[in-house]
Amino acid sequence: MADKRMTVDDVVAELRDGMTVGIGGWGSRRKPMLLVRAIARSSLKDLTLVSYGGPDVGLLCATGKLKKIVCGFVSLDSIPLEPHFRAARQNGTVEVVDLDEGMLQWGLYAAALRLPFLPTRAGLGSEVMKLVPELRTVKSPYDDGEELVAMPAITLDVALIHMNRADARGNGQFLGPDLYFDDLFCMAAKRRFMSAERIVPTEKLLDEGSVHTLRISRMMVDGVVEAPGGARFTSCEPDYERDEALQREYAASAASPEAWNTFRAKYLGAAS
Amino acid sequence: MTDYSLDELCAVACAEAWRGDGEILASPIGVIPSIGARLAKETFAHDLLLTDGIASLVANTLPLGGSPKAKVVEGYAPYRTIFDIVWSGRRHVMMGASQIDRFGNQNIAFIGDPRRPKAQLLGMRGAPGNTINHPTSYFIPSHSTRSFVAKVDAVSGVGYDRAAALGPHGARFHHLRRVISNKGVFDFETPDHTMRLRSVHPGVKVEDVVAATGFTLVIPDKVEETRAPTAEELRLLRDVIDPTGLGKKELGA
Repeated sequence: MADKRMTVDDVVAELRDGMTVGIGGWGSRRKPMLLVRAIARSSLKDLTLVSYGGPDVGLLCATGKLKKIVCGFVSLDSIPLEPHFRAARQNGTVEVVDLDEGMLQWGLYAAALRLPFLPTRAGLGSEVMKLVPELRTVKSPYDDGEELVAMPAITLDVALIHMNRADARGNGQFLGPDLYFDDLFCMAAKRRFMSAERIVPTEKLLDEGSVHTLRISRMMVDGVVEAPGGARFTSCEPDYERDEALQREYAASAASPEAWNTFRAKYLGAAS
Repeated sequence: MTDYSLDELCAVACAEAWRGDGEILASPIGVIPSIGARLAKETFAHDLLLTDGIASLVANTLPLGGSPKAKVVEGYAPYRTIFDIVWSGRRHVMMGASQIDRFGNQNIAFIGDPRRPKAQLLGMRGAPGNTINHPTSYFIPSHSTRSFVAKVDAVSGVGYDRAAALGPHGARFHHLRRVISNKGVFDFETPDHTMRLRSVHPGVKVEDVVAATGFTLVIPDKVEETRAPTAEELRLLRDVIDPTGLGKKELGA
Protein backbone atom coordinates (compact mmCIF):
# COMPACT_ATOMS: atom_id res chain seq x y z
CA MET A 1 0.00 0.00 0.00
CA ALA A 2 1.46 3.31 -1.06
CA ASP A 3 2.72 5.60 1.67
CA LYS A 4 2.10 9.09 0.27
CA ARG A 5 3.66 11.08 3.07
CA MET A 6 5.92 13.85 1.87
CA THR A 7 7.42 17.15 3.02
CA VAL A 8 6.35 20.69 2.19
CA ASP A 9 9.47 21.04 0.04
CA ASP A 10 8.52 17.88 -1.88
CA VAL A 11 5.18 19.49 -2.74
CA VAL A 12 6.75 22.76 -3.87
CA ALA A 13 9.22 20.77 -6.01
CA GLU A 14 6.23 19.39 -7.95
CA LEU A 15 5.19 22.87 -9.07
CA ARG A 16 6.45 24.68 -12.17
CA ASP A 17 6.32 28.27 -13.35
CA GLY A 18 3.08 29.08 -15.16
CA MET A 19 1.04 26.24 -13.65
CA THR A 20 -2.65 26.54 -12.74
CA VAL A 21 -2.97 25.84 -9.04
CA GLY A 22 -6.28 25.37 -7.21
CA ILE A 23 -6.42 26.01 -3.48
CA GLY A 24 -9.21 24.65 -1.25
CA GLY A 25 -10.88 26.28 1.74
CA TRP A 26 -13.03 29.41 1.65
CA GLY A 27 -12.06 33.00 2.44
CA SER A 28 -9.96 32.85 5.58
CA ARG A 29 -11.06 29.32 6.50
CA ARG A 30 -9.07 26.06 6.33
CA LYS A 31 -6.54 27.28 3.79
CA PRO A 32 -3.37 25.17 3.32
CA MET A 33 -1.27 28.12 4.50
CA LEU A 34 1.87 26.09 5.27
CA LEU A 35 1.97 25.06 1.60
CA VAL A 36 1.04 28.57 0.46
CA ARG A 37 3.85 30.07 2.57
CA ALA A 38 6.31 27.64 1.01
CA ILE A 39 5.20 28.73 -2.46
CA ALA A 40 5.55 32.36 -1.36
CA ARG A 41 9.17 31.66 -0.35
CA SER A 42 10.00 29.76 -3.54
CA SER A 43 11.27 31.08 -6.87
CA LEU A 44 8.04 30.05 -8.62
CA LYS A 45 6.38 32.65 -10.82
CA ASP A 46 3.51 33.33 -13.26
CA LEU A 47 1.09 30.99 -11.50
CA THR A 48 -2.63 31.04 -12.19
CA LEU A 49 -4.48 30.64 -8.90
CA VAL A 50 -8.03 29.27 -8.67
CA SER A 51 -9.59 29.87 -5.27
CA TYR A 52 -12.53 30.88 -3.13
CA GLY A 53 -10.03 33.51 -2.20
CA GLY A 54 -8.59 34.47 1.14
CA PRO A 55 -5.06 35.18 2.36
CA ASP A 56 -3.75 32.49 -0.01
CA VAL A 57 -4.48 34.92 -2.84
CA GLY A 58 -3.20 38.00 -0.98
CA LEU A 59 0.03 36.40 0.18
CA LEU A 60 0.89 35.13 -3.29
CA CYS A 61 0.02 38.56 -4.73
CA ALA A 62 2.28 40.27 -2.20
CA THR A 63 5.16 37.94 -3.04
CA GLY A 64 4.72 38.34 -6.80
CA LYS A 65 3.88 34.73 -7.60
CA LEU A 66 0.71 35.27 -9.59
CA LYS A 67 -0.06 36.13 -13.15
CA LYS A 68 -3.77 35.45 -12.97
CA ILE A 69 -6.46 34.80 -10.37
CA VAL A 70 -9.69 32.91 -11.05
CA CYS A 71 -12.10 33.59 -8.21
CA GLY A 72 -15.56 34.62 -7.09
CA PHE A 73 -14.25 36.88 -4.36
CA VAL A 74 -11.20 37.46 -2.18
CA SER A 75 -11.96 38.16 1.47
CA LEU A 76 -10.55 37.66 4.96
CA ASP A 77 -14.10 37.18 6.38
CA SER A 78 -13.69 39.25 9.54
CA ILE A 79 -11.87 41.81 7.34
CA PRO A 80 -14.13 41.93 4.26
CA LEU A 81 -11.62 43.33 1.75
CA GLU A 82 -8.23 41.58 1.31
CA PRO A 83 -5.71 44.47 1.31
CA HIS A 84 -2.83 42.67 -0.45
CA PHE A 85 -5.13 41.48 -3.22
CA ARG A 86 -6.58 44.99 -3.51
CA ALA A 87 -3.10 46.47 -3.81
CA ALA A 88 -2.18 44.07 -6.60
CA ARG A 89 -5.44 44.80 -8.44
CA GLN A 90 -5.15 48.54 -8.02
CA ASN A 91 -1.53 48.45 -9.24
CA GLY A 92 -2.65 46.39 -12.22
CA THR A 93 -0.03 43.72 -11.53
CA VAL A 94 -2.38 40.75 -11.68
CA GLU A 95 -5.11 39.65 -14.07
CA VAL A 96 -8.43 38.57 -12.59
CA VAL A 97 -11.16 36.31 -13.88
CA ASP A 98 -13.97 37.40 -11.57
CA LEU A 99 -16.74 34.78 -11.64
CA ASP A 100 -19.94 34.23 -9.74
CA GLU A 101 -19.20 31.85 -6.83
CA GLY A 102 -21.48 29.21 -8.32
CA MET A 103 -19.87 29.50 -11.76
CA LEU A 104 -16.54 28.68 -10.14
CA GLN A 105 -18.05 25.58 -8.55
CA TRP A 106 -19.53 24.58 -11.90
CA GLY A 107 -16.18 25.03 -13.68
CA LEU A 108 -14.44 22.78 -11.15
CA TYR A 109 -17.26 20.25 -11.29
CA ALA A 110 -17.13 20.14 -15.10
CA ALA A 111 -13.38 19.49 -14.93
CA ALA A 112 -13.94 16.83 -12.26
CA LEU A 113 -16.48 15.06 -14.49
CA ARG A 114 -14.33 15.49 -17.64
CA LEU A 115 -17.07 17.53 -19.28
CA PRO A 116 -16.23 20.51 -21.53
CA PHE A 117 -18.80 22.67 -19.75
CA LEU A 118 -21.86 22.67 -17.53
CA PRO A 119 -24.91 24.83 -18.17
CA THR A 120 -26.12 27.38 -15.64
CA ARG A 121 -28.21 30.53 -15.40
CA ALA A 122 -25.63 32.18 -13.13
CA GLY A 123 -23.77 34.90 -15.00
CA LEU A 124 -26.51 35.71 -17.53
CA GLY A 125 -27.04 39.44 -17.82
CA SER A 126 -24.11 40.30 -15.55
CA GLU A 127 -20.78 41.96 -16.32
CA VAL A 128 -19.09 38.56 -15.97
CA MET A 129 -20.08 37.74 -19.56
CA LYS A 130 -18.21 40.81 -20.82
CA LEU A 131 -15.25 40.73 -18.43
CA VAL A 132 -14.57 37.07 -19.25
CA PRO A 133 -14.76 37.16 -23.05
CA GLU A 134 -14.11 33.43 -23.47
CA LEU A 135 -17.48 32.63 -21.87
CA ARG A 136 -20.11 31.33 -24.27
CA THR A 137 -23.80 30.57 -23.96
CA VAL A 138 -25.50 27.38 -25.08
CA LYS A 139 -29.07 26.80 -26.23
CA SER A 140 -31.03 23.99 -24.67
CA PRO A 141 -31.57 21.27 -27.32
CA TYR A 142 -35.01 20.57 -25.84
CA ASP A 143 -38.34 22.26 -26.48
CA ASP A 144 -37.72 25.04 -23.98
CA GLY A 145 -34.83 26.34 -26.11
CA GLU A 146 -33.47 28.25 -23.14
CA GLU A 147 -30.17 30.10 -23.50
CA LEU A 148 -27.76 29.30 -20.67
CA VAL A 149 -24.15 30.05 -19.75
CA ALA A 150 -21.87 27.20 -20.83
CA MET A 151 -19.46 27.35 -17.92
CA PRO A 152 -16.19 25.84 -19.20
CA ALA A 153 -14.25 23.27 -17.21
CA ILE A 154 -11.54 24.75 -15.00
CA THR A 155 -8.84 22.11 -15.19
CA LEU A 156 -6.07 22.42 -12.62
CA ASP A 157 -2.46 21.31 -12.86
CA VAL A 158 -2.27 21.03 -9.09
CA ALA A 159 -4.73 21.16 -6.18
CA LEU A 160 -3.69 22.00 -2.63
CA ILE A 161 -6.04 21.39 0.31
CA HIS A 162 -5.81 21.22 4.10
CA MET A 163 -7.75 18.70 6.18
CA ASN A 164 -8.15 18.04 9.89
CA ARG A 165 -7.05 14.40 9.70
CA ALA A 166 -5.57 12.15 7.06
CA ASP A 167 -3.94 8.77 6.81
CA ALA A 168 -0.62 8.05 5.14
CA ARG A 169 -2.39 6.67 2.07
CA GLY A 170 -4.15 9.94 1.29
CA ASN A 171 -7.60 9.56 2.81
CA GLY A 172 -8.65 12.92 4.22
CA GLN A 173 -11.19 13.98 6.82
CA PHE A 174 -12.84 17.33 7.55
CA LEU A 175 -14.09 17.73 11.12
CA GLY A 176 -15.30 21.32 10.82
CA PRO A 177 -18.65 22.62 9.63
CA ASP A 178 -18.04 22.67 5.87
CA LEU A 179 -15.98 20.74 3.34
CA TYR A 180 -16.25 23.78 1.05
CA PHE A 181 -15.31 22.57 -2.46
CA ASP A 182 -12.09 20.76 -1.58
CA ASP A 183 -13.18 17.48 -3.17
CA LEU A 184 -13.92 19.26 -6.44
CA PHE A 185 -10.52 20.97 -6.40
CA CYS A 186 -8.87 17.55 -6.05
CA MET A 187 -11.05 15.96 -8.73
CA ALA A 188 -10.38 18.82 -11.16
CA ALA A 189 -6.57 18.53 -10.81
CA LYS A 190 -3.89 16.39 -12.38
CA ARG A 191 -1.77 16.34 -9.20
CA ARG A 192 -3.30 16.66 -5.71
CA PHE A 193 -1.56 17.46 -2.43
CA MET A 194 -3.16 17.52 0.99
CA SER A 195 -1.78 18.80 4.24
CA ALA A 196 -3.47 17.73 7.46
CA GLU A 197 -3.35 18.67 11.11
CA ARG A 198 -2.55 15.09 11.99
CA ILE A 199 -1.82 11.86 10.17
CA VAL A 200 -3.49 8.95 11.94
CA PRO A 201 -3.69 5.22 11.25
CA THR A 202 -6.55 4.42 8.85
CA GLU A 203 -8.38 2.48 11.54
CA LYS A 204 -8.46 5.63 13.71
CA LEU A 205 -10.22 7.80 11.10
CA LEU A 206 -13.66 7.17 12.57
CA ASP A 207 -12.55 7.98 16.13
CA GLU A 208 -13.28 11.70 15.78
CA GLY A 209 -15.92 11.96 13.06
CA SER A 210 -18.61 9.92 11.35
CA VAL A 211 -18.19 8.30 7.95
CA HIS A 212 -19.79 11.42 6.42
CA THR A 213 -16.62 13.38 7.21
CA LEU A 214 -14.44 11.12 5.03
CA ARG A 215 -14.93 13.10 1.84
CA ILE A 216 -11.40 13.04 0.45
CA SER A 217 -10.46 9.59 -0.76
CA ARG A 218 -6.96 8.36 -1.54
CA MET A 219 -7.79 8.07 -5.25
CA MET A 220 -8.08 11.88 -5.18
CA VAL A 221 -4.70 12.51 -3.51
CA ASP A 222 -1.07 12.09 -4.60
CA GLY A 223 0.75 13.34 -1.53
CA VAL A 224 0.09 13.97 2.17
CA VAL A 225 1.95 16.38 4.43
CA GLU A 226 1.54 16.27 8.19
CA ALA A 227 1.17 19.92 9.16
CA PRO A 228 -0.03 20.73 12.68
CA GLY A 229 -1.21 24.34 12.56
CA GLY A 230 -0.92 24.12 8.79
CA ALA A 231 -3.88 26.42 8.14
CA ARG A 232 -2.84 29.23 10.50
CA PHE A 233 -3.75 32.10 10.63
CA THR A 234 -6.92 30.93 8.90
CA SER A 235 -9.41 28.87 10.89
CA CYS A 236 -9.32 25.08 11.07
CA GLU A 237 -12.22 24.16 13.30
CA PRO A 238 -12.52 22.27 15.56
CA ASP A 239 -8.71 22.17 15.91
CA TYR A 240 -8.41 25.96 16.15
CA GLU A 241 -10.18 29.19 15.35
CA ARG A 242 -8.82 31.92 13.13
CA ASP A 243 -5.89 33.81 14.70
CA GLU A 244 -7.56 37.21 14.37
CA ALA A 245 -4.60 39.09 15.86
CA LEU A 246 -2.18 37.61 13.34
CA GLN A 247 -4.66 38.20 10.54
CA ARG A 248 -4.92 41.86 11.56
CA GLU A 249 -1.12 42.12 11.45
CA TYR A 250 -1.15 40.53 8.01
CA ALA A 251 -3.81 42.97 6.77
CA ALA A 252 -2.04 45.98 8.29
CA SER A 253 1.22 44.97 6.60
CA ALA A 254 -0.22 46.06 3.24
CA ALA A 255 0.09 49.68 4.40
CA SER A 256 3.81 50.14 3.59
CA PRO A 257 6.87 48.25 2.33
CA GLU A 258 8.38 48.49 5.83
CA ALA A 259 5.31 46.95 7.45
CA TRP A 260 5.29 44.23 4.81
CA ASN A 261 8.97 43.40 5.35
CA THR A 262 8.40 43.05 9.07
CA PHE A 263 5.40 40.79 8.60
CA ARG A 264 7.08 38.82 5.85
CA ALA A 265 10.09 38.09 8.06
CA LYS A 266 7.79 36.93 10.83
CA TYR A 267 5.40 34.81 8.77
CA LEU A 268 7.60 33.62 5.91
CA GLY A 269 11.11 33.81 7.38
CA ALA A 270 13.90 36.12 6.24
CA ALA A 271 13.30 38.06 3.04
CA SER A 272 14.73 36.27 0.03
CA MET B 1 -45.84 57.62 19.75
CA THR B 2 -42.98 55.38 20.67
CA ASP B 3 -39.40 56.54 20.32
CA TYR B 4 -37.21 54.54 18.02
CA SER B 5 -33.94 55.05 16.18
CA LEU B 6 -33.08 54.97 12.48
CA ASP B 7 -31.48 51.53 12.69
CA GLU B 8 -34.68 50.15 14.20
CA LEU B 9 -36.79 51.74 11.49
CA CYS B 10 -34.47 50.32 8.82
CA ALA B 11 -34.52 46.86 10.43
CA VAL B 12 -38.32 46.84 10.24
CA ALA B 13 -38.21 48.04 6.61
CA CYS B 14 -35.76 45.21 5.85
CA ALA B 15 -38.03 42.71 7.62
CA GLU B 16 -40.95 43.86 5.44
CA ALA B 17 -39.04 42.76 2.33
CA TRP B 18 -39.51 39.11 3.37
CA ARG B 19 -43.24 39.44 4.11
CA GLY B 20 -45.22 36.75 2.34
CA ASP B 21 -42.18 34.75 1.23
CA GLY B 22 -43.30 31.55 2.97
CA GLU B 23 -40.99 28.60 3.55
CA ILE B 24 -37.78 29.74 1.86
CA LEU B 25 -34.25 30.60 2.94
CA ALA B 26 -33.83 34.25 3.94
CA SER B 27 -30.21 35.28 3.37
CA PRO B 28 -29.46 38.66 4.90
CA ILE B 29 -25.94 40.03 4.25
CA GLY B 30 -24.80 42.49 6.92
CA VAL B 31 -25.98 43.64 10.32
CA ILE B 32 -29.24 45.54 9.66
CA PRO B 33 -30.57 42.99 7.12
CA SER B 34 -29.72 40.20 9.61
CA ILE B 35 -31.68 41.97 12.33
CA GLY B 36 -34.53 42.48 9.86
CA ALA B 37 -34.66 38.85 8.77
CA ARG B 38 -34.76 37.62 12.36
CA LEU B 39 -37.48 40.13 13.16
CA ALA B 40 -39.54 38.98 10.15
CA LYS B 41 -39.23 35.35 11.24
CA GLU B 42 -40.11 36.18 14.82
CA THR B 43 -43.20 38.24 13.89
CA PHE B 44 -45.00 37.85 10.56
CA ALA B 45 -42.92 35.37 8.51
CA HIS B 46 -42.60 32.37 10.84
CA ASP B 47 -41.89 29.88 8.08
CA LEU B 48 -38.64 31.54 6.89
CA LEU B 49 -35.43 29.54 7.25
CA LEU B 50 -32.25 31.19 8.50
CA THR B 51 -28.66 29.99 8.74
CA ASP B 52 -26.11 30.74 11.44
CA GLY B 53 -23.83 32.13 8.73
CA ILE B 54 -21.68 29.01 8.97
CA ALA B 55 -23.32 25.77 7.87
CA SER B 56 -26.41 25.21 10.04
CA LEU B 57 -30.06 26.12 9.65
CA VAL B 58 -31.13 27.51 12.99
CA ALA B 59 -34.74 27.17 14.17
CA ASN B 60 -34.74 29.55 17.13
CA THR B 61 -34.17 33.30 17.11
CA LEU B 62 -30.80 34.15 18.59
CA PRO B 63 -29.36 37.57 19.34
CA LEU B 64 -26.72 38.97 17.02
CA GLY B 65 -23.13 38.92 18.23
CA GLY B 66 -23.13 35.66 20.18
CA SER B 67 -25.47 34.26 22.75
CA PRO B 68 -25.52 32.09 25.82
CA LYS B 69 -28.76 30.63 24.45
CA ALA B 70 -28.29 27.28 22.71
CA LYS B 71 -28.73 27.07 18.97
CA VAL B 72 -31.58 24.84 17.88
CA VAL B 73 -30.22 23.35 14.66
CA GLU B 74 -32.86 22.20 12.19
CA GLY B 75 -30.68 21.42 9.19
CA TYR B 76 -27.29 21.30 7.50
CA ALA B 77 -26.51 23.92 4.86
CA PRO B 78 -22.85 24.07 3.83
CA TYR B 79 -21.97 26.35 0.92
CA ARG B 80 -22.66 23.66 -1.65
CA THR B 81 -26.21 23.27 -0.35
CA ILE B 82 -26.67 27.04 -0.32
CA PHE B 83 -25.68 27.17 -4.01
CA ASP B 84 -28.22 24.43 -4.75
CA ILE B 85 -30.89 26.41 -2.90
CA VAL B 86 -29.96 29.55 -4.88
CA TRP B 87 -30.35 27.75 -8.18
CA SER B 88 -33.58 26.06 -7.06
CA GLY B 89 -35.04 29.49 -6.31
CA ARG B 90 -36.09 28.86 -2.69
CA ARG B 91 -34.26 31.90 -1.37
CA HIS B 92 -34.57 35.67 -1.01
CA VAL B 93 -31.26 37.42 -0.45
CA MET B 94 -30.68 40.93 0.82
CA MET B 95 -27.27 42.16 -0.27
CA GLY B 96 -25.41 45.43 -0.02
CA ALA B 97 -24.46 47.53 -3.02
CA SER B 98 -21.52 49.86 -3.49
CA GLN B 99 -23.43 51.24 -6.48
CA ILE B 100 -26.97 50.75 -7.77
CA ASP B 101 -28.70 52.26 -10.81
CA ARG B 102 -32.33 53.00 -11.66
CA PHE B 103 -32.93 49.51 -13.09
CA GLY B 104 -31.43 47.92 -9.98
CA ASN B 105 -28.11 46.90 -11.50
CA GLN B 106 -25.79 46.44 -8.51
CA ASN B 107 -22.02 46.68 -8.25
CA ILE B 108 -19.97 45.09 -5.48
CA ALA B 109 -16.99 44.14 -7.66
CA PHE B 110 -14.80 47.17 -8.37
CA ILE B 111 -14.76 50.88 -9.25
CA GLY B 112 -12.98 52.08 -12.38
CA ASP B 113 -11.11 50.16 -15.08
CA PRO B 114 -11.52 46.37 -14.74
CA ARG B 115 -7.85 45.80 -15.58
CA ARG B 116 -6.63 48.27 -13.01
CA PRO B 117 -9.51 49.36 -10.80
CA LYS B 118 -9.38 52.55 -8.79
CA ALA B 119 -10.92 50.53 -5.97
CA GLN B 120 -11.10 46.76 -5.84
CA LEU B 121 -14.20 45.77 -3.85
CA LEU B 122 -15.49 42.30 -2.95
CA GLY B 123 -15.68 40.73 -6.39
CA MET B 124 -18.78 39.25 -7.99
CA ARG B 125 -19.51 36.94 -5.02
CA GLY B 126 -22.92 35.32 -5.59
CA ALA B 127 -24.62 38.39 -7.04
CA PRO B 128 -24.98 37.25 -10.69
CA GLY B 129 -26.40 33.87 -9.69
CA ASN B 130 -28.61 35.27 -6.93
CA THR B 131 -30.29 37.90 -9.07
CA ILE B 132 -30.99 35.62 -12.04
CA ASN B 133 -32.37 32.81 -9.87
CA HIS B 134 -34.51 34.22 -7.05
CA PRO B 135 -35.84 37.37 -5.36
CA THR B 136 -33.21 39.91 -4.32
CA SER B 137 -33.38 43.02 -2.16
CA TYR B 138 -30.71 45.53 -1.22
CA PHE B 139 -29.83 47.46 1.91
CA ILE B 140 -27.68 50.54 1.34
CA PRO B 141 -26.84 52.31 4.60
CA SER B 142 -25.51 55.52 3.07
CA HIS B 143 -27.76 56.94 0.40
CA SER B 144 -25.88 59.40 -1.82
CA THR B 145 -25.13 60.17 -5.45
CA ARG B 146 -22.05 57.97 -4.99
CA SER B 147 -24.16 54.89 -4.24
CA PHE B 148 -27.33 55.66 -6.24
CA VAL B 149 -25.66 56.28 -9.61
CA ALA B 150 -26.66 56.83 -13.24
CA LYS B 151 -24.40 53.98 -14.35
CA VAL B 152 -22.66 51.30 -12.27
CA ASP B 153 -19.00 50.59 -13.05
CA ALA B 154 -19.66 46.83 -13.21
CA VAL B 155 -22.88 44.84 -13.04
CA SER B 156 -22.62 42.17 -10.33
CA GLY B 157 -26.34 41.89 -9.56
CA VAL B 158 -28.53 42.01 -12.66
CA GLY B 159 -31.05 44.85 -13.06
CA TYR B 160 -34.37 44.89 -14.89
CA ASP B 161 -33.08 46.31 -18.20
CA ARG B 162 -30.47 43.58 -18.55
CA ALA B 163 -32.90 40.89 -17.39
CA ALA B 164 -35.43 42.06 -20.01
CA ALA B 165 -32.74 41.88 -22.70
CA LEU B 166 -32.34 38.17 -21.93
CA GLY B 167 -35.89 37.49 -23.06
CA PRO B 168 -38.72 35.76 -21.20
CA HIS B 169 -36.70 32.59 -20.41
CA GLY B 170 -33.62 34.28 -19.05
CA ALA B 171 -35.59 36.70 -16.93
CA ARG B 172 -38.29 34.44 -15.58
CA PHE B 173 -36.79 34.02 -12.09
CA HIS B 174 -35.42 37.56 -11.84
CA HIS B 175 -37.19 39.72 -9.28
CA LEU B 176 -35.86 42.72 -7.38
CA ARG B 177 -38.15 43.20 -4.41
CA ARG B 178 -36.99 46.22 -2.38
CA VAL B 179 -34.14 48.62 -1.86
CA ILE B 180 -33.86 50.03 1.64
CA SER B 181 -31.57 52.96 2.40
CA ASN B 182 -31.09 55.30 5.34
CA LYS B 183 -33.48 57.72 3.61
CA GLY B 184 -36.32 55.60 2.31
CA VAL B 185 -37.69 52.41 0.80
CA PHE B 186 -37.73 51.79 -2.95
CA ASP B 187 -39.15 49.21 -5.33
CA PHE B 188 -39.44 48.57 -9.06
CA GLU B 189 -43.23 48.38 -9.32
CA THR B 190 -43.39 50.71 -12.33
CA PRO B 191 -44.30 49.94 -15.97
CA ASP B 192 -40.66 49.90 -17.10
CA HIS B 193 -39.31 48.55 -13.79
CA THR B 194 -37.32 51.65 -12.97
CA MET B 195 -36.79 52.47 -9.32
CA ARG B 196 -39.65 54.10 -7.46
CA LEU B 197 -39.71 55.81 -4.11
CA ARG B 198 -42.04 53.60 -2.09
CA SER B 199 -41.80 55.48 1.19
CA VAL B 200 -39.64 58.08 2.89
CA HIS B 201 -38.38 57.57 6.39
CA PRO B 202 -40.01 59.90 8.93
CA GLY B 203 -38.16 63.23 9.01
CA VAL B 204 -36.74 62.82 5.49
CA LYS B 205 -38.09 65.09 2.74
CA VAL B 206 -38.76 63.74 -0.75
CA GLU B 207 -36.44 66.42 -2.17
CA ASP B 208 -33.63 65.15 0.12
CA VAL B 209 -34.02 61.71 -1.43
CA VAL B 210 -34.09 63.15 -4.95
CA ALA B 211 -30.99 65.27 -4.29
CA ALA B 212 -29.09 62.25 -2.93
CA THR B 213 -29.95 60.10 -5.96
CA GLY B 214 -27.85 60.19 -9.14
CA PHE B 215 -30.72 59.22 -11.44
CA THR B 216 -34.37 60.13 -11.93
CA LEU B 217 -36.53 58.33 -9.41
CA VAL B 218 -40.17 57.62 -10.02
CA ILE B 219 -42.00 59.64 -7.37
CA PRO B 220 -45.66 58.77 -6.78
CA ASP B 221 -48.15 61.60 -6.34
CA LYS B 222 -48.50 60.77 -2.70
CA VAL B 223 -45.41 59.41 -0.96
CA GLU B 224 -46.07 57.33 2.14
CA GLU B 225 -43.95 57.42 5.27
CA THR B 226 -42.03 54.25 6.12
CA ARG B 227 -43.99 52.55 8.86
CA ALA B 228 -42.70 52.95 12.38
CA PRO B 229 -41.78 49.90 14.46
CA THR B 230 -44.55 48.64 16.73
CA ALA B 231 -44.01 48.41 20.47
CA GLU B 232 -43.73 44.63 20.16
CA GLU B 233 -41.16 44.95 17.37
CA LEU B 234 -39.10 47.35 19.47
CA ARG B 235 -39.20 44.92 22.39
CA LEU B 236 -37.99 42.10 20.17
CA LEU B 237 -35.26 44.26 18.62
CA ARG B 238 -33.95 45.53 21.94
CA ASP B 239 -34.42 42.52 24.20
CA VAL B 240 -34.11 39.53 21.89
CA ILE B 241 -32.46 40.24 18.53
CA ASP B 242 -29.97 43.07 19.04
CA PRO B 243 -29.48 43.57 22.79
CA THR B 244 -25.95 44.97 22.34
CA GLY B 245 -26.94 47.61 19.79
CA LEU B 246 -24.94 46.41 16.77
CA GLY B 247 -27.52 48.00 14.49
CA LYS B 248 -26.89 51.43 16.01
CA LYS B 249 -23.16 51.02 15.53
CA GLU B 250 -23.71 50.04 11.90
CA LEU B 251 -25.72 53.15 11.07
CA GLY B 252 -23.69 55.44 13.28
CA ALA B 253 -26.95 56.45 14.90
